[in-house]
Order: sequence, then structure tokens, then C-alpha cells
Amino acid sequence: MTVDPQTKTGGNLILEVENISLSFGAVRAIEDVSFSVIEGEILAIIGPNGAGKTSMLNVINGFYHPQEGQIQFGGEVRRQMRPYQAARGGIARTFQNVALFKGMTTLDNIMTGRNLKMNRWATNIFAAAFYVGPTRREEMRHREYAERVIDFLEIQAIRKTPVGRLPYGLQKRVELGRALAAEPTLLLLDEPMAGMNLEEKQDMCRYVLDVNDEFGTTVALIEHDMGVVMDISDRVVVLDYGRKIAEGTPDEIKSNQAVIDAYLGTSASSATA
Amino acid sequence: MSDSQADTMPRRLYRNAQSYPDSPAFAEKYLGIWQTYSWKKTGSEVRALACGLASLGLQRGDMVALIGTNRPQLYWVFFASQSLGAIPVPIYQEGIPAELEFVLNHAGVRFAVVENQEQADKLLAIKEQCPALEAIIYSDTKGMRHYAESFLYSYADVQAQGRQYDAEHADFFEQELASGQADDVAGIFYTSGTTGEPKGVQLTSANLLGSAEACNAQEGLGSADRQVNYAPMAWIGDHLFLSLSLSAGSCTSCPESPETLFADVKEIGPTMFFAPPAIWEQLLTSITIRMEDASRFNRWLFRHFMAVARRVGLDLLDGRSIGVVDRLRYALGELFIYGPLKNNLGLSHARLAITGGAPLGEDTFTFYRSIGINLKQLYAQTECSAYATLHRNGDARQDTVGPPCRECDVQIAEGGEILVKSPGNFAGYFKNPEATREVMTDDGWLRTGDAGIMTDDGHLKVIDRARDVGALNDGTLFAPQYIENKLKFFPYIREAVAHGNSRDYVTAFINIDLEAVGNYAERIGLSYSGYTDLSQRPEVCELIARNIEEVNQDLSRDSSLSSSQIRRFIILHKELDADDGELTRTRKIRRATIADRYGDLIEALYSSKQEVAVEASVTLEDGRSSTFNANLRIHDAATAVNKA
Repeated sequence: MTVDPQTKTGGNLILEVENISLSFGAVRAIEDVSFSVIEGEILAIIGPNGAGKTSMLNVINGFYHPQEGQIQFGGEVRRQMRPYQAARGGIARTFQNVALFKGMTTLDNIMTGRNLKMNRWATNIFAAAFYVGPTRREEMRHREYAERVIDFLEIQAIRKTPVGRLPYGLQKRVELGRALAAEPTLLLLDEPMAGMNLEEKQDMCRYVLDVNDEFGTTVALIEHDMGVVMDISDRVVVLDYGRKIAEGTPDEIKSNQAVIDAYLGTSASSATA
Repeated sequence: MSDSQADTMPRRLYRNAQSYPDSPAFAEKYLGIWQTYSWKKTGSEVRALACGLASLGLQRGDMVALIGTNRPQLYWVFFASQSLGAIPVPIYQEGIPAELEFVLNHAGVRFAVVENQEQADKLLAIKEQCPALEAIIYSDTKGMRHYAESFLYSYADVQAQGRQYDAEHADFFEQELASGQADDVAGIFYTSGTTGEPKGVQLTSANLLGSAEACNAQEGLGSADRQVNYAPMAWIGDHLFLSLSLSAGSCTSCPESPETLFADVKEIGPTMFFAPPAIWEQLLTSITIRMEDASRFNRWLFRHFMAVARRVGLDLLDGRSIGVVDRLRYALGELFIYGPLKNNLGLSHARLAITGGAPLGEDTFTFYRSIGINLKQLYAQTECSAYATLHRNGDARQDTVGPPCRECDVQIAEGGEILVKSPGNFAGYFKNPEATREVMTDDGWLRTGDAGIMTDDGHLKVIDRARDVGALNDGTLFAPQYIENKLKFFPYIREAVAHGNSRDYVTAFINIDLEAVGNYAERIGLSYSGYTDLSQRPEVCELIARNIEEVNQDLSRDSSLSSSQIRRFIILHKELDADDGELTRTRKIRRATIADRYGDLIEALYSSKQEVAVEASVTLEDGRSSTFNANLRIHDAATAVNKA
């Protein structure tokens, strides 16, 4: 089911962002941005602070509604999409600031990721109250999937721990677990490595690569750590002041003058460096 | 298969598959649920693996390495290799590549079975340097999809291949199984050793099963027992437990991951549990910390009933009679505190709890025994299959390692070295007959390299490494470190140096602990100007003398240590310091430096002088040195008479 690394660039487009513009009052957050995500790739969205990266993710998963432009996901063209529609369509995400249910255990948090996959007849409030055969089987099915995610992310030891008591790096991993539990076709990660130490970053990189590799999940991520971006992504989209200034493979991006200018400034002295 | 034919490890496995086909043999947690493998199922899994290895070309006498955390699939590698007459070589999974490479090459390993990608990567990195290594078999397929190497096989594939091979070669497995001998080497266990290169200890089926049978008989273990195996598989202690379960037909459970150990232990409720002192202490600390967070009433309850336990718990466990009132109070304590506590530790069902490898603190030892956990100390080495001495029920003490185990014999050689004759005494170091001759006497005793004494009631006491032990002029054993450790047990004594080798009696240097003695001085209203001043105060000398007399009392209880009582001592005017070369950086005493620098003081201890003048030089932290003069008093300590 996975796409060979060599053929990724020739793969199907899973998501197309076309001429998106988004403004909040007079503030133009995103201006006429277009790019596409290819099935099976890891795409990084980078850019200086305030470039519109998180806004872009919010547009993709239907939280913000752009004034102009349209999004094609899974062959359907949408101008406006609700977050739950995005989730049903197979988009899952994590947040820049961890957004878990702090009082619930790791397992329960991951189970919430299964919510949309549950059979509504077997899990409605009456069926759940009696916990009869189909409901039991339904729970076992989802619990099994949640356990596979736990096994995959190696978080068995914190299965029953309330996530509020976990260190930050582990919370990030649980959040990834919740997103994975939804069996997404497109996984959006908003700064998955922010605030982590080197070892945690390395672990997280490995998980992102493994998700992409083992489940064939397409990943679009925002990340500030350039080392991470260059190492794990297949393609990079660069935003600056709400505009797309570059798009390409990590090597192309490294030598792109517009990107260097955006990150280092445009004065003559720095350009010669 | 009768018991007498089941004299090799794999034949014992197939006897179990006949005798207890449906009883659990191995359990592991997978996707959050305990999955058990019956003896019958284990038998067929092992058979498939063995035939698979044979189809890959494994021959009698070949070496099979196994690396990873405790997993049933890896334990099966032992049995599968043994059934074909190949020799399993477990390797520590934390080992650095150089160690791994040494063992692989020294043993000439042809096949390696590893747990997962991490271990496979390690082997791939050094494969070039290991010419004998032909195939690597991995159990967990996660992350292994893109490996193209032709010599990499998945465990499941090898087993599938084995089932086919088995079908095509009728009777092959039975014949291989039948041609094994009890004296065939059933495993090579590499011991790290503090000096030189690791040595491969060869143990036979007779060694492992002989020890296990004797131990099961001594402890009354049977097929209904449960254990959690979590210690490194390359360590002989873990293997003793595997042999116990194989011999008794009991169940071996593997924790889900190293981090979930305690939760898993709680779920399994093992009837036998082994842990090194560090783990017992860690558990006690976590209990103490959690009690501090408890409500005031609960804290009071805990304190009250722990006091009851300390008073009568040991007597109860050791089968001595206690009063009716105390019996009632203890029963209440069991209801409110000890029971829930044991349940929380997962040790409610533990009939046998073992510590070993290093001495366990008195308080910790007493704590567990007083709440009714039958904690006992085991002393052994890899070379005797981890089976030499173990406390008996009702006769466990913190300061000994128990009497010789059933079918074991222990004697003390001249010079104090402990000699062991155990059914587990090994079949020599692999490719190192010289080292074997050094540790095995001609009449079959194993030299342990440890010095010890037998107490008057037949318990073994391990004292020191044999090479550090000397003798007094009357020929009795002098174990300085043993005496020093006893002294340092007192909070007021920070460091101690015992003298006595080739002398008539034992004397000691003492370093007071500035903080503890300073506190004491404050309590009794004693003023002092500094360390040197405080150390020479009569009140302090009295305090230390009382400690020393207590040690003497203790030493006098053993006839062989009675003459090691401390007759005279000096409290040193300065702290022994690593900066001055008197201690190593890990705070071990440098005896030669001290003998050289404080020669006058030592001579004074063996004269009739009551005082000695010192001119001491100290190196300050900035590298300068300064000297000062002081008069040190020499004190006499009261000694006790050995009553035995």
C-alpha cells in the first residue's frame, strides 16, 4: 500500500490547495497560496513566525474558511469544509499546544480518536448501557486498534496514566497516537517536535517516518527545526508573510535565494555570506 | 517420556508437553492482554523453530546467539537449539558493539536470533568483523520491511519453513531430540569479569536441571507456581528461574516492556520473585514516598502497624510463638496494611522471594520479612549455575546468605576462600582450560574467589574478595573490609580503616562524620572549633568507643571472627580524602598509601603509648599544601567473649 520513495513525486495528488486567501479583518494571513500534497509523501510547511503556517493547516482541516480559493481533497472540491467533515474524510491532526483531555488516561485519549470509526448503532447510549454482544465486540475491535497504536508508539507503560501527569514529550506522543487512531489518510502535524530535547526529537522523527512508511499515511507537518525538516521531508513548501515563496525538495529549498532572504534578511552583506 | 529419559532441557520440555499439555508454560502481554502458551503449544513452536533452523543449515555443535529482552520467542531459542544439539549463547542486549563482537567471534556464532530492529542493526554493523555469522533471525518485524540482506530472516518465516521441513523429514526431529546427552553443553553464559576478557561459562543440561530439581525440591515448587522473568536473559539468575519452571512445569511470564514491570508483576501475582537489592530498595522507597502523601489517619495507621510488624512479624514468619494479643494485632495489621501493601506490590501470592548479587540493607530486609514476604538471600555464581546457598524457610537472616542448598556443599579453604560443590558446577570455560584449572580443584570444588566464614549454626557469611583478606598472627582470618563496613554502618563513623594483617590483634583508624557528630555535639551542648578539635573531644571518643564495642559484640558471636575484635583505635585528625590520594575517587580505601603516610600511627597502635604526635600535611583544594601539629589519643576498646 505504500508508495515507493522514488515514485512519490509521480504519485496521485491527495490534496490540492488552490489560490487560497484568508484574512482576519484587515490582516491578510494567507494570500493566494497554491500547492498540492502527493499521496504517500511527507510534506513540510516552513516559514518564519507569522508566515501563516498554522492558519494554512486550519484551512486544510476546515477550521478556518478562506475568503478565496478552494481545496480539493480526495477528489472532492470544497470551498468550505467543517472540521468534522475533514475528520470523516480522513484528515487527522495534532496541535501546536497539546490539546488532550488531561484528566483522561492515555488509552482513553487514544480511544477518542476512534470516535468516528465507531458503529453508531452498537455504541449509542442505550446499547452502551446494556453492553450487549455487538457493543462488546465493537469495543473490543476499537480497543485492539488503540492497543496497536500504543504498541507502535511504545507507550505501554503509560496506558493507564492520566495524560495531565505525563511529561510534555510524552503528551505529544499521545496526541500523535490519538490522530493515528483515526486511521487518517492525511496526517497534519503542527510543530510535532517543538519544545523537545534532542532524544525526544529523534524518537518523534522515527515515529513520523514509521507512520509514513508502515501505514502509508501522507504527512503534512509544520516544523521550525531545519535539521528535522531537511532530514525527513520529501518536499518543502515555504511561506513568508502569507505568500508561498518556494516549493521543492529539501535540496532545492536549501539553495533557493528567496528562502535564504526570508530567513536571513535581504541586505547585501548577508547575501554574500 | 518418563522422568528418567527427560534428562536434557528439550526432553524435559516435551515431557511437560505430555504431562501438563494445557497448563501455561509461557505468558506475554500483547496488545494489552496476557497471551499464554501451553506446554503443548510451546512444544510445537519450539519444534517448528528447530526444524526451521535445521533447514537453514544449523548443525549439531553450532552456536546460536540470542539477544533481546525477555520474550517467550527468545526463550524458545534455547530449547530449539538444544534439541538439535546446538549451543545457545545468550548475550546482554545492552552490550556495546565491541563486547558483542568479542562474544560472537569467541564462540564462533553461526546463527543469531534477535528481538527487533534495534538488535538487528547492531549485528549488521559488526557483521563484517564476524566471519562465522551466517544468518540473523528477527522476531519483531516492525521496521524491518526495507532490509534487503539475504541473510536476514523473520522468526515467523523460519518457523513456517520449519513446519514444511518437518513434514518432509519424518522422524528427523525425534531422532535429533533422542541423540542429546545430559552432559551436552546446554548454554554458554559469558561473565563480564572485572579484569580481562569475558569468559564463556559452559553449563550442561545436567547442571541446569540438577540445580533446578534440587531447588524445587527444597522450596516445594510445583507446576502451579508462577514467575515473572525480567532480568537479562544472558544472566544466569534469570536462567536458573527458567530451569526451575522447566523442571517443575510452572509458568514463566515476560513483562510487556521494561517500564511496565511493576504493573505486570501486580497483574501476574507471582508465587516466586527474584530481584536484586536495588529493586527491593526502590520498591521500599516508593512505598515510603507514597505513604508521605497519604492522609494523616492513614499515615498513623501505617506507622502503628509497621511498629507491630517490626516487633512480631519476623517471629511469626519464622514460626516462633507470639502472644495472643500480638497475634490479633498482627491480624488486624494484615487486614489494614500488610495485605493491601503486598497486593500493591504484586507479592500477595509470593511464597518465595529472593535477593542476591549484593548484600541487602538490614532495614529493607526486615521490612519485607516483617510484613510477611518470605524474602531470602541467595549466594551463587554463574560457574555453579546460580545455585549454592539459600536461606531456608523460617531461618533467614540479613547478615548471612544461608546454609548450603540441597545437594550443595560449601567449605572454607585455608585463607578463607569459599569453595562450592553444587550439581550446577560448570563444565569449564569455553576455549579457556587454563582459567578453568584456576577455579576448579581436582576433586570438583569451585573456587569462588570470595572469602567467607561458616557461622556456628551453619550459615555462610560472605565477607570480602578472597585476595583482600589476610590473617592475624594466630592464623585466624582477618577481613578488613568486613570490619570497616560494620563500622561505617554507624552514622557517626564516616570512614574506617582496619589493621591486623600479620599482627597480634586488630586496630582501627576512624573518621568521624562531621555532620552527624556535629549534630550530636549540638544536642549535648558541646562547643568545638573545627573538625580536628571535635574529633579529639572525650565525649566524641566515648560515642565512637560505644559504636566500636557494639561491633565487637557482633564480631564475638562468630567463633571465626571473634579474634577480629578491635582492641585499640585512633580517631584521625583529618578526613581521609581522595585529593590526598588516601581514597580512590569512588571512596575506596588505598591501603598502601595510608600505611605509608600513617605508619607512625599504626606502630603506636601496636605499642603501649596512649598518645601520639602527628605533623600532618594536607593538600588544599587550590593545590597548595599546609602542615599542622596535633596530639592524637589512642583509645582502648572493650572486647567481648565468644559464647559459642
